[in-house]
Amino acid sequence: MDDTVILQLSQIHKSFGDVKVLDGIDLSVRKGEFITLLGPSGCGKTTTLRIIAGLERPDSGRVFIAGKDVTNEEPNRRNVNTVFQNYALFPHMTVEANIGYSLRLKRVDKETIKKTVSQALELVQLSGYEKRMPDELSGGQKQRVAIARAIVNQPAVLLLDEPLGALDLQLRRQMQVELKRLRARLGVTFVYITHDQEEALNMSDRIAVMRNGKFEQIGTPSDVYDRPKTSYVARFVGSANIVEGTVLESDGQRIAFRSQGAVCLVAARGARLSPGEAVRVAVRSEMVDLTPYASPELPYSGLDAAGGNPGDSQVGLQAVVKEKNFAGGVLQITVSLADGSELVASRHGIDSPLVPGDKVRVTWQPERAVLVDLEETP
Amino acid sequence: MKPEALAKTGEPRPGEPTSREEGARKPTKRRDAMVLSVLPLYVFTFLFVIGPLVYMLVLSFLRRAEVWGVTLEFTFENYANILKPVYLKTFLESLKLACLTTLLVALFGYPFGYFMARQNAAWKRRIMVLLMIPFWTSSLVRLYGWIIIFRANGVLDGLLMALNITNAPLKVLYTYAAVVVGMVYALVPFMIFAVYSSAEKLDWQLVEAARDLGATPFQAFWTVSFKLTLPGLLSGIVLTFIPSMGLFFIADILGGNKVVLVGNLIQEQLMKARNWPFAAALSVVLLTLTSIMIALYRKISGVKDLEGLV
Repeated sequence: MDDTVILQLSQIHKSFGDVKVLDGIDLSVRKGEFITLLGPSGCGKTTTLRIIAGLERPDSGRVFIAGKDVTNEEPNRRNVNTVFQNYALFPHMTVEANIGYSLRLKRVDKETIKKTVSQALELVQLSGYEKRMPDELSGGQKQRVAIARAIVNQPAVLLLDEPLGALDLQLRRQMQVELKRLRARLGVTFVYITHDQEEALNMSDRIAVMRNGKFEQIGTPSDVYDRPKTSYVARFVGSANIVEGTVLESDGQRIAFRSQGAVCLVAARGARLSPGEAVRVAVRSEMVDLTPYASPELPYSGLDAAGGNPGDSQVGLQAVVKEKNFAGGVLQITVSLADGSELVASRHGIDSPLVPGDKVRVTWQPERAVLVDLEETP
Repeated sequence: MKPEALAKTGEPRPGEPTSREEGARKPTKRRDAMVLSVLPLYVFTFLFVIGPLVYMLVLSFLRRAEVWGVTLEFTFENYANILKPVYLKTFLESLKLACLTTLLVALFGYPFGYFMARQNAAWKRRIMVLLMIPFWTSSLVRLYGWIIIFRANGVLDGLLMALNITNAPLKVLYTYAAVVVGMVYALVPFMIFAVYSSAEKLDWQLVEAARDLGATPFQAFWTVSFKLTLPGLLSGIVLTFIPSMGLFFIADILGGNKVVLVGNLIQEQLMKARNWPFAAALSVVLLTLTSIMIALYRKISGVKDLEGLV
């Protein structure tokens, strides 16, 4: 990967009728980078991709590919290719003809096409399938053909619109690995769309989390996972719990805040907050500690010895175990807090001694919790 | 089904068979019911399709009687007659007109059907209704409408002269052109429906994929859309070509007696010359020609049913 910007979107706006789909999108993608647009359906990620491909025109804003303004260029004049969600293989052409389609349009000679197609098929591990028709292929095979068809033209940017969305879980995992390998071999820039956060975290160099036609946060997987900027990102990417409260005090390292009659701690990470300010904190479920209520209390005595005494508050939120679910290899324990809201803690293993109805205290390591929505809650 | 349901729900009344006896008799009953339910279909097909065809075939090998009807005398004479230049010419004329009609119908109907399929649901419905309305009136009545338009100093002439495009009546009625217009008018809806039903199924994302892979709009149309709507076009061609060989009344009404088609010839032989065997032979040849067309269509398109009819 070098630092050349291969793709740049600047201030893209797009509406369909009265519905504002994209609301000022800015993005720059470096050459060879794997960037994922992550968001729920309807957030505008597919429209963004279609605007890059030229299948849709933005209402305003500019698209640059390899430094050239292509905003008004037709799709066939852009050096990008798309892997469509439903494959979009030409049903009346063989696998070979599908993959060679773009080369035939370029009037490449037959021998070269044949060679390139068979190389592409080898790359997606479908050698020998040249003469098959698309409807004789399985979903996974169709997907491979669609990928081969898109890379055969050596595009500057490869656009993938939820390419694995229609595949079952096992095949999806396998294809994730293959796509990563393929990308390492080709060095092509990938712009990848998914609503699956795990897929995004697994494959991307950077993730752009989208919400209502805007980027909520753009960063490396560990940025968005460990250091979400907003409660939305924390919830969507890390399935985090959000705890709200008011600042009690700060020592520069940690911030103590009061929430539902208890005191909680969070690492400050440079945030300067003064007592009385509202805060929102994200804690991922695997970071949440539950201790039985009967265990010794933890009276709060200030962040340091000289920090004064904010009263008889306890550290840790009071809660009652509501239900336990075993899902995705972890046990999820849902507890309800004093104000009725719910919080999820997850554990490895299939069961825990806690049973519904148990009173527990909810705590976490301050450095495991993240302040979010800082600009939104002044 | 019914006795079984009765036995299950209702109380078995005295004298009625119990459910066990019903069950034992069920298989044969069911088969009987099946035979009974399809029997009307066979009877209908035999009476109204196979019967007349056989009758026509037999008739075509008989000799006409002096005054009325036929004599039971086997002969190839009727088929030999068709090869006479005057009748052969009629066949060629019919083929020529059918080809011209089909070509024009395809030129108008294909784009119409294709773009109709690209409209939103509300517009599709509106266009469909507009296409259907003329079918509520007899096609004969609609043809008389064309007479009003085409006749000397009629609507067309009046319009053209009012606009100073021509300064004398064109007298389009009773010309070859009038017949062609009438044929195209009568048959273009079938082409539109056939192409529409094919284009309707076209996944537009395939066209986008083609554009994405470097195709110009025309290349994308030609390599993807056209290829995928070809079955519709072919079936439209069959649906136009075959009737246009036999639509005798259009040639009669709009062409005067100047344009004689196979259809006219058959009608004339049957109704005026009362040469039933010859009319039957002509019909058999026409039927054979059209059957060959359908067989060709199936072979080319690989589709069993005509698009737009199912």
